[in-house]
Amino acid sequence: MLKAAILYFLIVVPGTAGEICMSHTMKTVGEVVDFRPHSIALAIGRAMKLRSFWIGILMMATGFFALLGMLSVAKVSFVFPATALSYAVGTLGGRLFLGERVTPQRWFGVLMVCIGVALVAIGKG
Amino acid sequence: MTSPQGLHLKTIILILIMVSVAPLGDTFLGKGMKQVGAMGSWAPSHLFHFFFRAFTSGTIWIGIGLLLTFFVAYLLVLSWADYSYVLPASSISSLMIALLAHFVLHETVTPTRWAGVGFICVGVFAVGRTQPRTTERRSC
Repeated sequence: MLKAAILYFLIVVPGTAGEICMSHTMKTVGEVVDFRPHSIALAIGRAMKLRSFWIGILMMATGFFALLGMLSVAKVSFVFPATALSYAVGTLGGRLFLGERVTPQRWFGVLMVCIGVALVAIGKG
Repeated sequence: MTSPQGLHLKTIILILIMVSVAPLGDTFLGKGMKQVGAMGSWAPSHLFHFFFRAFTSGTIWIGIGLLLTFFVAYLLVLSWADYSYVLPASSISSLMIALLAHFVLHETVTPTRWAGVGFICVGVFAVGRTQPRTTERRSC
C-alpha cells in the first residue's frame, strides 16, 4: 500500500513538474514564429542548452518509470483512472508556477477532462 | 506578432498534429516490439540481438519518428500557449483513439468509454473557448 502510494505520488508530482519545467523552458526560448525545419531545430537547440529542459526530462522520466512500476503493483483499471488527477495538478501548477490565468471556464473544462479520462480508462476494462 | 486568431489557429493545428501522431506512434512501436519478440534473457548476447532486432526494424523507426514529431509539436506549442491550455486540450486524443477503434479496427467501444469521450469533448470545448496564452510573450 505504501509502495503504491509512493509510486502514485511520483507519477503525479514529478511527472507534472517535468512538464511544467518544459513549459517554462519553451517560454524562456520564446514564441516560435518560423516553422521552417532549420528554425525549429534552432529553437529546440536553444531549449536544450537550458538547465530546466534537462530537469524537465529527468522528472518526466521519473514519472514514466513510476507509472511502469505502479502497473506492476496495481491493476490497470485503477492506475489509469487515478492518473486523471494529473490534469488538475498540472493546471494548478500552471497557475502557481507559470503565472497562467486559469479562468473558471478553464477549470470547468479541466474537471470535465479529468472525469472523462477516468471514465475512458474504466471503460477499457 | 501573432494575431489572436492566428494564435488560436496555430495552437489548434499543432495540438491536432500532437493528438494524431502520438497514438499512431504508440501503435507502430507496439506492433514493432511484437515483431521483435520477447527478450530471451539478460545475457549480453541476448540483449545485443534483442536491441539489434529492435533497431533494425522499420516499424519501430516509424514509431520513434512519430513520437519525436509529437514531442517537437509539444515543445513548439508550449513556446507560446499556456500549459494549462495544452494539457487538457491534448486529451482529445481519446476521441481519436475511440473513433479509430470503432470505425477502423471495428472494436467494441463500451458505453462507459463513449461517456468518457463525451466528457472530454465538453471539457476540451470549454478549454478551447479560453485564450491559449494568458502570460507575456517573447519571440525567437
